[in-house]
Amino acid sequence: MKKFITFLIFPLIILVILCSCHGKIDSKPFEIPKDFDENAHYEISFWAKNDTNITQTEIYKNAIDDFQKLYPNITVNLRLYNDYGKIYNDVITNISTGTTPNVCITYPDHIATYLTGKDKVVPLDYLMSDENYGLGGKKLRFDSPEKHEIIPQFLNEGVLSSRQYALPFMRSTEACYVNKTYVEKLGFTLPEALTWDFIFEVSEKALQKDNDGNFAVNGQKVMIPFIYKSTDNMMIHMLKQLNLPYSDENGNILIFNQHTEKLLFDIAQHAQSRAFSTFKISGYPANFLNAGQCIFAVDSTAGATWMGCDAPLIDISEEKLVKFETVVMEIPQFDVDNPVMISQGPSICLFNKQDSGEVMASWLFMQYLLTNDVQISYSMTEGYVPVTSKAQNSQQYTSYLSSSGDDNNLYYSIKLDASKLLLDNTDNTFVTPVFNGSASLRSAAGQMIEEITKSSRRNEKVDSEYIQKLYGDMNSLYRLSDISSGGSAKKELGPLPVQSVIFLGCLVTLWLLIIIYVIICRKKAQK
Amino acid sequence: MKKFLTLLLVLALAMTALIGCTNEAEKPETEVEVETDVETEVQAEAEVEAEPELETVTEEVAVMTYEEYVAAELDAPVVIEAYVQGKQSWWDNKATVYAQDEDGAYFMYEMACSEEDYALLENGTKIRVSGFKAEWAGEVEIVDATFEIVEGAEAYIATPVDATAWLGTDELIKHQNELVYFTGLTVEEITFKNEGGDDIYVKLSKDGQTYDFCVEYYLTGEDTEVYQAVSALNTGDVIDVTGFLYWYEGVNTHITSITVAE
Repeated sequence: MKKFITFLIFPLIILVILCSCHGKIDSKPFEIPKDFDENAHYEISFWAKNDTNITQTEIYKNAIDDFQKLYPNITVNLRLYNDYGKIYNDVITNISTGTTPNVCITYPDHIATYLTGKDKVVPLDYLMSDENYGLGGKKLRFDSPEKHEIIPQFLNEGVLSSRQYALPFMRSTEACYVNKTYVEKLGFTLPEALTWDFIFEVSEKALQKDNDGNFAVNGQKVMIPFIYKSTDNMMIHMLKQLNLPYSDENGNILIFNQHTEKLLFDIAQHAQSRAFSTFKISGYPANFLNAGQCIFAVDSTAGATWMGCDAPLIDISEEKLVKFETVVMEIPQFDVDNPVMISQGPSICLFNKQDSGEVMASWLFMQYLLTNDVQISYSMTEGYVPVTSKAQNSQQYTSYLSSSGDDNNLYYSIKLDASKLLLDNTDNTFVTPVFNGSASLRSAAGQMIEEITKSSRRNEKVDSEYIQKLYGDMNSLYRLSDISSGGSAKKELGPLPVQSVIFLGCLVTLWLLIIIYVIICRKKAQK
Repeated sequence: MKKFLTLLLVLALAMTALIGCTNEAEKPETEVEVETDVETEVQAEAEVEAEPELETVTEEVAVMTYEEYVAAELDAPVVIEAYVQGKQSWWDNKATVYAQDEDGAYFMYEMACSEEDYALLENGTKIRVSGFKAEWAGEVEIVDATFEIVEGAEAYIATPVDATAWLGTDELIKHQNELVYFTGLTVEEITFKNEGGDDIYVKLSKDGQTYDFCVEYYLTGEDTEVYQAVSALNTGDVIDVTGFLYWYEGVNTHITSITVAE
């Protein structure tokens, strides 16, 4: 009988274990294999973003070709996107089905969300320091940068929850592209560093019209003196420069306060006069700048090839182009003695797979993207800078920088000036805290500027009541109140479901019975 | 006693096992928490694009004629009635739609619209749209709009008008967003924005002047006849083009069909 019961209990225990496991799709944590088979065939996927720039696409393809020559056993399949948001959405969709790419260009904000999937993203700390296959590893078939050769500020941006989850791929910041000709025509002299006050003062003056109803400064019907491409960045910059609260590492949302309100009121004033507008409301800053319809265009340094009347990439017809002198300057500051500017640009992350060899193959390719050839050639496509000192200090790159203005394509002076701006200000860059939901907060920050700008243009009443409603709308639209409870976007779990209560009750009962049984047995044995 | 205990143990284990089985179907617990978190964030992100309901319409505006709409200042509230001529996209409860009546055409950009309502927007359907007049890169459009279907209205499908003679003249912009056609245009350049799965930029010339056209991926994607037909064009081909007279820093017709001249 005892044996029969034992046999009955044993399969039941197995059944319980299996039931508990059923439905679980978590990956096991990645461990660096003791031996990496360099001859086994691996097929990996690489999801990348380009700026609708064919040269960038070619660089990705060349990098893959060159890598595959070094590692003929690894095939890299490239999938291109022209929008980080689309990559993000696709990754999220594929996390649930276990079909994430192997290597992916992304933002740290997005990785914070990917990390809510357990063991989905591979932490890179041990991989980076592996003596054979890590950064500068002995067994690598290419000249990889060592860890200390990655610019520390950029490297740290990939640290989430004290672990390295991303490596930087390219870095850019924002710059203000100025029509110097018009600034001077309006009677101003460009200062060494721009302030918000200066920009708004010049912008308001640029709205003066002549007797024909044209704007006096350009003789045209259209003039939007100040256009900001990314209003997310605009708000973040303003808050950072004034050392005002935005969020913290714990995911607490701190942006909805009276300081933000004041900034929004200031913006509203210039939006109402039409001295200020945004990309979402009016169009690309570059197009207005190049048509002589904008004086201060703030956009990424990675968009420098579109800026200025001699730009290699132009999106307006030739007859609309106006000749003027373009100057690249730091974004406007509140305190010019302590300038700060955002660090942005693509990072790379690695997704976990069942086969650790496949992850190793992906890691090799990821590292290959940091080699000088890839870094330098890609950075030359726009106002990007390489993320390694190895590339930045190379003869090829320094020679490139010193050739500014040699032509209006590869050596387009505005593009090179934009790159130099970031190189000179690397120590002044910052990033916002990253947590699950930080991407939503970012969007909310920009959306507030968009909303107040539209409302001001529409002559709606913009007062404290409006701002309070705006805060409420942003909170609910982006579900920020859920995030604010600790950065994990989790809702209150509420009372335990009945099944869980029964389950826990069963466990407690079982243990109690086991203990009682053991005690009774012992007492009997003592007798 | 032993038997009793064993029986109790077996029962308890069986119960536990049954409960374990229910987790998969209902997914309420920690096992699937990962997915829940990710989806929550995605939902939040998906809503990022949605316009907040700020109740921005401050005054009642009567339905406007096309003339009144044209005369309205930018950023002014507008209310129009027109017939759907083409649906460009729906995403996150926002629809982008071309509409027209006998007098002129309208472009509704990201109008609040449920997926169910979007399905009802068949070509020819009459809609009443309330929003704000805006201009983005030269394209005059209605933004932050809501709409309702005008029940009982007869359907109206616009007949494309010949706009060939208007190319390069001031007349063309007066017909912005209308369904038009051009004849005898020569293909100068075909550029894919990305490698498939995105817009196709087309440069076509007439009488020595080149004009920009576009196969807008959201309006006519890879699976449409026009996307395939334009993809197969060669420089020098002479074609007739039908499309919506969209504007992006100048005329940038969204092609809906082409015919290659024999």
